[in-house]
Amino acid sequence: MADTHNKEVDQVSGVETTGHEWDGLKELNNPLPKWWLYVFYATIVWALVYWVLYPSWPLISSYTTGVLGANQRLEAIQAYDDGVAGRSEFADKIVAASLEDIAADQELLQFALANGQAAFGDNCAPCHGSGGTGSEGYPNLQDDTWIWGGTLDDIHTTLLYGIRSDYDDARIGEMPAYGRDELLSKDEINQVANYVASRAGLETDEGVDLAAGQVLYEDNCAACHGDNLEGIQEVGAPSLTSANYLYGKSLAAIKAQVTNPRNGVMPGWADRLDPATIKSLTVYVHSFGGGQ
Amino acid sequence: MATHGLFRRIKWTLLFITLGIYYFLPFIRFDRGPDAPSQAVLIDMEAKRAYFFFIEIWPQEVYYLTGLLIIAAVALFLMNAVAGRIWCGYLCPQTVWTDLFLWVERKVEGDRRERIALDKEPWTFGKVGKRATKHFFWLMIAWWTGGAWVLYFNDAPTLVWQLLTFQAPMIAYIWIGILTSTTYLLAGFMREQVCIYMCPWPRIQAALTDEKALNVTYRWDRGEPRGSLKQNKKLAAEGMPAGDCIDCYQCFQVCPTGVDIRKGMQLDCIQCGLCIDACDNIMTKIGKPTGLIAYDTDENIERRIEGKEPVYEIVRVRTVVYAAIIALVGAIMLFTLLNRDFADISVLHDRNPVFVEQSDGTVRNGYTVRLSNKRRHERSFMLHVEGMPPNTLVEAVGVDSTFAGRPIISVGPDTTREVRVLVTSPPWAEMPHSTPVTFRITESVMGEVITAKDTFKAPEKP
Repeated sequence: MADTHNKEVDQVSGVETTGHEWDGLKELNNPLPKWWLYVFYATIVWALVYWVLYPSWPLISSYTTGVLGANQRLEAIQAYDDGVAGRSEFADKIVAASLEDIAADQELLQFALANGQAAFGDNCAPCHGSGGTGSEGYPNLQDDTWIWGGTLDDIHTTLLYGIRSDYDDARIGEMPAYGRDELLSKDEINQVANYVASRAGLETDEGVDLAAGQVLYEDNCAACHGDNLEGIQEVGAPSLTSANYLYGKSLAAIKAQVTNPRNGVMPGWADRLDPATIKSLTVYVHSFGGGQ
Repeated sequence: MATHGLFRRIKWTLLFITLGIYYFLPFIRFDRGPDAPSQAVLIDMEAKRAYFFFIEIWPQEVYYLTGLLIIAAVALFLMNAVAGRIWCGYLCPQTVWTDLFLWVERKVEGDRRERIALDKEPWTFGKVGKRATKHFFWLMIAWWTGGAWVLYFNDAPTLVWQLLTFQAPMIAYIWIGILTSTTYLLAGFMREQVCIYMCPWPRIQAALTDEKALNVTYRWDRGEPRGSLKQNKKLAAEGMPAGDCIDCYQCFQVCPTGVDIRKGMQLDCIQCGLCIDACDNIMTKIGKPTGLIAYDTDENIERRIEGKEPVYEIVRVRTVVYAAIIALVGAIMLFTLLNRDFADISVLHDRNPVFVEQSDGTVRNGYTVRLSNKRRHERSFMLHVEGMPPNTLVEAVGVDSTFAGRPIISVGPDTTREVRVLVTSPPWAEMPHSTPVTFRITESVMGEVITAKDTFKAPEKP
């Protein structure tokens, strides 16, 4: 503290000095503005109050929780629950309505499409792509080729129980491994694959007996893929004349599939997503435009 | 300090008009039909609509606000070219509310002398009473100011009742609190500090004013050399030069920003003319002509010294150009308002996938189409996609009614509807990589037509 009894005032600036002197230089006394100091004191008080009210001091194995009981994790959980509750009005309507009614009702359709879009990004996009265009081995949901049917009900069933999944109600269609299990010889596979390729509008190998291929097709493949290669939805056998092949449209891909077929698996969602979300997804996927 | 005169009267008049509009406009009713708010001026955040008497605008028409802001800016330029900072002196909210607060202060604590004395007084019961009364009225005005603000965002009578019964939404109380405190602080305590230190306008105006602008000017050619009344009379009697200024400091004491105008044009001067009134009163008392301080230009002082006639050029290139800009923007706004469409369409092409190839070789594109119906009744629109080959299939998801293959989409009153539209090329058509198409909606009753352009994409042919 400076001695306040005999204040020395600096001649030049007219400011009193603190009385400190170094080599003839005197320190002027220009204190901080009062309001500035008071704001600083207020921040200290603020901190003390904050310690009491909110979680603040770490202890050995816990922390001081504060008397207000604020907890951001609980707040986040609460916010999520509030969100679910906020959607419940529509979600209940969606559960109650039939799929056709949802598609016909303007309000429900808007909600289902928005809800479906969000759920699709979270659950379906990893395989089917963010736009539902799929990729090799993962079906394209945008086009009009549907291995298991593209009506609202078909899509809904597929979503609930998946394809070749562990659900009892899952749709299962196994293509025999003609090459791996030696049901057909290499030459025969070559013939039948070339026959299919010719019908599907692909280039065929030179000098392959397509007539023999046709006979092989009718004996081995037509039961599932149909006499005219049009595919049979009930057994999940895709059309072979379609422009869109699940495992790639080329002669080599056809040979590979006949020799050692891939049977892709889609998980079921009945136990993972709530009914309203599954219905929303159904309507959303159907709205891509490929739905039947 | 209290003053009276022409410019003081103009200021009071403007204060009554502007504050009257601000405080009472929300209560004016305007009938728009049963299912629309009946408040003449309303910004309805919840429904995303803004109303001004017969005008209703949607968020996407917020460019009307841009037009208003351009007009406001150019009007400020024009004011500056005519008479410097008259906006500041007469119309600026800071000035108007400060004026009101000063009036309260004068009514409660008395005029300048009494207030100086009161400041020096020890804290007696009477002093505390006066101060408390003053701050009470200030806070009431400030509170009413904040309150009026929120009335523009909700139905005013309803909200007033809600506020009184403490049932109004929290946001209303928060805003009233914010604006009450800003009004109280800025008009009660900051006052001219805002004009001198906070406001950017005085920095800009040097670039906007010129030597022909009428500024509050001390005519030193007539006033100097200044001296007391006695001294100058004596000098005049002796045939020595003597000015009309008697150094009474009235001009300085009435100045809201504390400027001595006799030092010439200064940054702090807000062109309010109160010093003119004060000086004119004194000149009348001592039997001299008025106008020792007046709205004048430096140029004219020089001209008078040289014995020429003063010139006043209100109409000159600069002011005419500003006025023309205001007229032009106003005309454009009026034109767009009169030709405002009551329907709208916006089209967003799917980005993922851009197109879908179907099993039969056709190509499909998906679009998100949003239709707006700005009328207060349900209307339906027929959607047609132009630029595609014949027999193109156009479907709108969730819309069953069609006319000749064109979807008929109904949109509710004063709302928008988003539909997913699928356009599929006919099987025989070889679609190029990109086809420009036009989405055209036709309103079913009045035949209003709105279009939006987009493209139809197809795989690139090698």
